[in-house]
Amino acid sequence: MDVAALTFLALSLPFVAALVAPVLTRFLGHNAAWLLALVPVATFVHFLGFAPEIAAGEVVTGGYAWIPSFNVSFSWLIDGLSLTFALLISGIGTLIVLYSGGYLKGHPHQGRFLSFILMFMGSMQGLVLSDSFLMLFVFWELTSITSFLLIGFDHGREAARRAALQALVVTGGGGLSLLAGLLILWNVSGITQFSLLLSFGTELRESPFYLAALLLVLGGAFTKSAQFPFHFWLPNAMEAPTPVSAYLHSATMVKAGVYLLMRLNPVLGDTPEWQFLLPLFGAATLVSGAALAVRQTDLKLMLAYTTMASLGLLVLLTGLGSPHAVEAAALYLVAHALFKGALFMVAGIIDHETGSRDLTRLGGLRSAMPLTFAVALAAALSMGGLPPFFGFIAKEEIYEALSSFDRRSMVFAGLTVLGNALMFAVAFAIALKPFLGPKVETPRHAHEAPVLLWLGPAILALKGLSFALMSGLAHRVISSPMSSAIAGEPRTVVVSLVPHIGVPLILSAVTLLIGIVFYLNLDRLRAVMALILADIGWGPDRGFDQFIRGLLRFAVAITRRLQSGRLDVYMTVVFLLIAVVLLATPVRYGELPRAPFFAADVPAHELAIMAIAVAGLFAVVLAADRLTAIVSLGIQGFAVAVIFLLYGAPDLSFTQFMIETLSVVVLALVMTRLRLSPSDHRPLRQKLPDSMIALACGLGFGLFLLRATGAPFDATLTDFYNLYSKSIAHGANVVNVIIVDFRGTDTLGEIAVVMITGLAILSLVRLRAGSLKRGADRSAAEERV
Amino acid sequence: MEAWFALLVGIFFTVAVYLMLSKFIIRVLLGVAVLGNAVNLLIFTGGRLTRDVPPVITAGADALGGPAANALPQALILTAIVISFSFFAFLLVLAWRAYEDLSTDNTDEMRVAEPVKEPMPPLGY
Repeated sequence: MDVAALTFLALSLPFVAALVAPVLTRFLGHNAAWLLALVPVATFVHFLGFAPEIAAGEVVTGGYAWIPSFNVSFSWLIDGLSLTFALLISGIGTLIVLYSGGYLKGHPHQGRFLSFILMFMGSMQGLVLSDSFLMLFVFWELTSITSFLLIGFDHGREAARRAALQALVVTGGGGLSLLAGLLILWNVSGITQFSLLLSFGTELRESPFYLAALLLVLGGAFTKSAQFPFHFWLPNAMEAPTPVSAYLHSATMVKAGVYLLMRLNPVLGDTPEWQFLLPLFGAATLVSGAALAVRQTDLKLMLAYTTMASLGLLVLLTGLGSPHAVEAAALYLVAHALFKGALFMVAGIIDHETGSRDLTRLGGLRSAMPLTFAVALAAALSMGGLPPFFGFIAKEEIYEALSSFDRRSMVFAGLTVLGNALMFAVAFAIALKPFLGPKVETPRHAHEAPVLLWLGPAILALKGLSFALMSGLAHRVISSPMSSAIAGEPRTVVVSLVPHIGVPLILSAVTLLIGIVFYLNLDRLRAVMALILADIGWGPDRGFDQFIRGLLRFAVAITRRLQSGRLDVYMTVVFLLIAVVLLATPVRYGELPRAPFFAADVPAHELAIMAIAVAGLFAVVLAADRLTAIVSLGIQGFAVAVIFLLYGAPDLSFTQFMIETLSVVVLALVMTRLRLSPSDHRPLRQKLPDSMIALACGLGFGLFLLRATGAPFDATLTDFYNLYSKSIAHGANVVNVIIVDFRGTDTLGEIAVVMITGLAILSLVRLRAGSLKRGADRSAAEERV
Repeated sequence: MEAWFALLVGIFFTVAVYLMLSKFIIRVLLGVAVLGNAVNLLIFTGGRLTRDVPPVITAGADALGGPAANALPQALILTAIVISFSFFAFLLVLAWRAYEDLSTDNTDEMRVAEPVKEPMPPLGY
């Protein structure tokens, strides 16, 4: 197989695995995770095979035509950016599948869970590797849908259902905004592939639609990456089982927005709008996320808010766009995926083994869970930006990017130091507080986690260490190609563990000092934050509830207005529209018939029959009692039968006579049994509009018929039947031949309709009066039982 | 001749629509019956009018030659008459049963499916 076919296989393999996961889990139990983990391992190995090429500065594209007439293809783009993401997704995915095996051991729906996780993995991989816009959008929404399924996994709880719906509404809505943005890019450039878009940067930035496209794309990216004020769905998403939080809501999916911004940076970036909006929202998210994290005592919620803060930092760095900022963003993205994934899994282990993840109810676990403690500490050191971990390198580069002395950089540097110090405090609160101090009684007796649980976080923590120690290799394979892809031009990252005396180091030291102060005063800080938040009172999370409730009320109000439940209202609307269509269309398009020519040489008996029909019609309307109405109905029906007879349609005439007789008989039978109101008594204020509508409809149909008969007649079909009735179907009566031979199947359908109507009538008649009510009572009684 | 028929069809539709706009179920049914005739006449006239000569091939001839009524709309109408009758009969029985169960022939009072004071749908998640 060639590389393209293998890449296609790697893209589709997770979906195949998702199909078989439930079956495998039924037979193998939680050990199915070992087998299923082979899938992400295989894709990881496949994509790692591109590393030498990518490190050499090449870009690999491939794919297949999808809808060539619309210039849409199923194609992928592998460069430093997408390769890094693909390796993170499949690498961490492997560990998450294993971790899920242990975390949900014995859960009745573990197979379903693994299936969702693998489905997500496939979607996320497709998202970052997509070259075509449409493919990116499809995978983008697929990640939203799988995220919905995973957050709502524990669908018995209302909180989980609410969180799932909220995430879907926010990220899915953002996806629609993104689609609109991509369509604008497509229209302006005529290009549907990211790999070709690069040369259209200037054109796009100078287009009058630039701002619209930018805002729409940001709408997608900011909702997905939980930027303030769209952040509220992310902490709620912690309702999902912990493997989901570690994988989707910290390491991969929430970075999709950042990925998109990085992908478009060479095309849309480097404009005043870009450099204003991104740092603004990024900094707001960074500071508010870090401050909200301090407020929490739940381990997962603390991590969720720091994730939000980190995403803000990444957006901020991407928006600054300077060479160091881009490199810092690349480094921090990888570092964050490693340490945050590990910390989430540690939080899951603590929850799983002790039954609690409330910081204030945990303590002294170091002797029971030494391995978990070590992993947590390693991840926290990286998160706090301390050597010798990868987080330190990332932070050095961040401060390098911010350490020029203009006012703008100084403001952002100050905010970043504040945010990082808060995150430092939270990191060590999570890594130290549950493990140190006196032993606290927990709902479950604490002991060390099984191998399936600690393997994942341990590997991630070790990676954070080894990437830093072998920074040269990490930069050559990952950081430099990724920075080059974000910047759109070749870049080489050189920063290493060896610190250089300068502004960055001073900022690091300041962060460390403030962080330690924050850590020591965490309880006081938390109380202050709680007070502030209580004072504000309202947040976008409550706003979401208000929005959904308002939407529902609005929908109900609209529906009640349109669906009044009154038949005469529906009828009025229908006929009014018919009249408007029939009368307005010919006027608008100049299709009114010529003045009608009422032939004077019509035989007297024909006019008489027509007059009888009209008289019958008006008698139906004016009848004072129902018997008169029924008889008059018969009169107009028989008059129509005579008209058919006069105009060469004896078959119609006979049928019409039969049917009209039957109608009158049945109608008389039914109506005499009921005590109905004898005549039509509408008040005048109803009569007038009703007759206006009726007249308009009548006029419309009359004009329509005049116009139609005034046009030349195409008799092709009639001639065909006239010609072949005898020679092919051996029948002399053309009408009968059409019905039983040429259109025999239609007639069969008609017979079926009549038969079904007959059956329906029979069952209605046999159903005794009041049995409907009794049936309803019975089913209600059954429900009570 | 078509002008006279257009006038007739217009009157048929006017009466049918007027009856169907009533609040009383029997009036609506009468309107449905008239509407069937109105539509049949519309199709019939649309296929052009020919007096007296039915579309029947004379003995000895292989095809229909010379002026005869248009067979195609007749075939359509033949089907339509039967279908509209079964439809009418079904509606009639339905109205009768509705009257027996609800003791009213006023459509405004037939509110089982769409009650006047319908409660709000649940507001939770």
